[in-house]
Amino acid sequence: MEKMVNVFFFGKKYSVPADLTIMTAMEYAGYTLKRGCGCRHGFCGACATIYRIKGKNELKTCLACQTQVEEGMYVASIPFFPTDKRTYEIEEIRPDQRIMMELYPEIYSCIGCNACTKACTQDLNVMQYIAYAQRGEFEKCAEESFDCVSCGCCSVRCPAEISHPMVGLLARRLTGKYLAPESKHLSHRVEEIHEGAYDGLIEQIMQKPIEEMQELYNTREIEK
Amino acid sequence: MFTPEMLESVKKVEATRDARMGMEPRRMTAEEKDTLLKKYHPDYRQEGFTEIKIGPNKGQKVPAELGHLLHSNSRILHEKIDLDKVDYDVDVLVIGGGGAGSSAAIEAHEAGANVMIVTKLRIGDANTMMAEGGIQAADKENDSPVQHYLDAFGGGHFAARPELLRRLVMEAPDAIQWLNKLGVMFDKDEEGNMVTTHGGGTSRKRMHACKDYSGAEIMRTLRDEVLNRQIPVVEFTSAVELIKDDKGQVAGAVLLNMETGDYMVARAKTVIIATGGAGRLHYQNFPTSNHYGATADGLILGYRAGAPLLYQDTIQYHPTGVAYPSQIYGALVTEKVRSLGAMLVNVDGEAFMHPLETRDVAAASIIRECSDHGKGVTTPLGSGVWLDTPMIERIGGEGTIEKRIPAMLRMYMNYGIDMRKLPILIYPTLHYQNGGLEIGGEGFTKAIDNLLVAGEAVGGIHGRNRLMGNSLLDIIVFGRNAGKAAAAKAKDTELGKMNLDHLEAYSKELEEAGIASDDISPLLLPKYARHER
Repeated sequence: MEKMVNVFFFGKKYSVPADLTIMTAMEYAGYTLKRGCGCRHGFCGACATIYRIKGKNELKTCLACQTQVEEGMYVASIPFFPTDKRTYEIEEIRPDQRIMMELYPEIYSCIGCNACTKACTQDLNVMQYIAYAQRGEFEKCAEESFDCVSCGCCSVRCPAEISHPMVGLLARRLTGKYLAPESKHLSHRVEEIHEGAYDGLIEQIMQKPIEEMQELYNTREIEK
Repeated sequence: MFTPEMLESVKKVEATRDARMGMEPRRMTAEEKDTLLKKYHPDYRQEGFTEIKIGPNKGQKVPAELGHLLHSNSRILHEKIDLDKVDYDVDVLVIGGGGAGSSAAIEAHEAGANVMIVTKLRIGDANTMMAEGGIQAADKENDSPVQHYLDAFGGGHFAARPELLRRLVMEAPDAIQWLNKLGVMFDKDEEGNMVTTHGGGTSRKRMHACKDYSGAEIMRTLRDEVLNRQIPVVEFTSAVELIKDDKGQVAGAVLLNMETGDYMVARAKTVIIATGGAGRLHYQNFPTSNHYGATADGLILGYRAGAPLLYQDTIQYHPTGVAYPSQIYGALVTEKVRSLGAMLVNVDGEAFMHPLETRDVAAASIIRECSDHGKGVTTPLGSGVWLDTPMIERIGGEGTIEKRIPAMLRMYMNYGIDMRKLPILIYPTLHYQNGGLEIGGEGFTKAIDNLLVAGEAVGGIHGRNRLMGNSLLDIIVFGRNAGKAAAAKAKDTELGKMNLDHLEAYSKELEEAGIASDDISPLLLPKYARHER
């Protein structure tokens, strides 16, 4: 007999196998998920969830697909959260401190409570990356926020009403486009291709009979 | 944490590690690979397949689960849909909000078209988001698009459509540059050189990555760009059938609001199917690395409208899915783990194969190790072999795992397994649909000249097996091309009177073939809810 635990989905009690995740436990209980379920492997942030263990005071946040059920878990999924994404033209903006001030001025209202970091389902130092954003240190903000899955748990808990994932995303795009050094070998190859440097060679290989291709493939040199 | 039996085996893995460091297992010969695949690859298990009974691919082999959906009824066959009440009227309708759909929408918008995305979950809930390892492009000095072509063509068993593969490799550097200019943060050194590694079956190190969040970094950037451009994205709304017109063109799609159950009509001059893969159909009962919505919807509605499939019988099982713990069973363990030096090791601590064979060969070899060779490690849900991850820290130095594959470290740490110190248990997982709807070089289907397909829903780009890093590449290359082509085509498309006659005709064909099914398709979502009655 497999071990069962009692969990409460939206306040209603279900007995579910103890080795399930919150997500698979909801399905075990009979839910057909539409919202609150995306990649199911911890990359998309669709299954932001808030819970409290019976008898304990602390509210916890997690991804339902990455968290095992526990006895006495009171679970509420967050099907949607109105994170505030501001629009901009990536070709027009520049990586200076002013851009954060224009697009996300509320980051300067951060009161340093650290609720965002505590809520992060990826264990990121969210308050720190917001601090970097405030100072216009976009590369640091990008690095610190890199593993963000935009579940929004930070924003749910933030008294300053900051949309943290959007701030990190802006910093990463600024870094990727403007701050990281240019890849000269890439620009060079793109130019070569546009100039037709490989047109003849690719036509040739496309025309080769299968036997010749097999020979070429099986004897090709592999870079160490 | 591991069971005592597993820990016994770990000791054997640790005991052979020193001797394995620095040695490179022999690669298999072409003949050895051939024999192995025929005996152990799931594509060769006849009982996993059925024959298509109607339509353009009649008589051909298809995975049984997909065959069942092709032989099921349209969910709107008996619904009264008023096609005169048009809810959305656009130039280009993109079905699917993953990497291919988003790239297509951005390019169609750039070309001035009125474009809309419809997606049954949210934009970005897609396999793109979950691609970990990287994206290929021949942009280094010692590499060339021709070399990339050779690797992909051979890796795909010489079955790729040359015209499609040519575009994939020739437009790859451009795709990387486009992403970089959108702000995707590729791993680079201080001089700006891309940090590139091998993938299974590559002859040059051309795998570009964004740590092991490569797909996520690309997807969230594309999504942000779609939103910046204010391209309409209709979420939680699936396309359930294509609409055609009296000229035999497509003219839009019937949409279903997933939450309210209401139907709507979208009229469009061109339609792009970018609905992705089929992992959630769980072919041959395999677990899957795919996202929740990967149910082959686009293949069903395209086929019903008359578009042929290609290589629908070839599926990619990723050699390294999670075998243990069961909470994350089937989740992807990126190939990059092997690119960085981890070996595949059996229960006795023996490296039983070269870690960077192509995916089909590696998957078949692991299945053989766990079955006929009897050298698998027993797990609660079956068996698996070790992926010796502590080797990565030995080769690349302490901290390599945290820096290069943080998502993997985090996923296992959630269950108390520190992959820097202990090896991990893996087994093949259903990963990718090699086949799909057939397209020509411009992205249009062969049968309907204003219907396009992009991304995993396409068949023929990779042949009968796909190399790591060529899928993130194809969604960008073919997504962008489809967006441009659809926008151009929309300019000289005149729609006629809309109808759903093809659904009646399809139903009649099913009946004539003696197929009576109570089920409906497309599936939209897998049936995971357990009901006691």
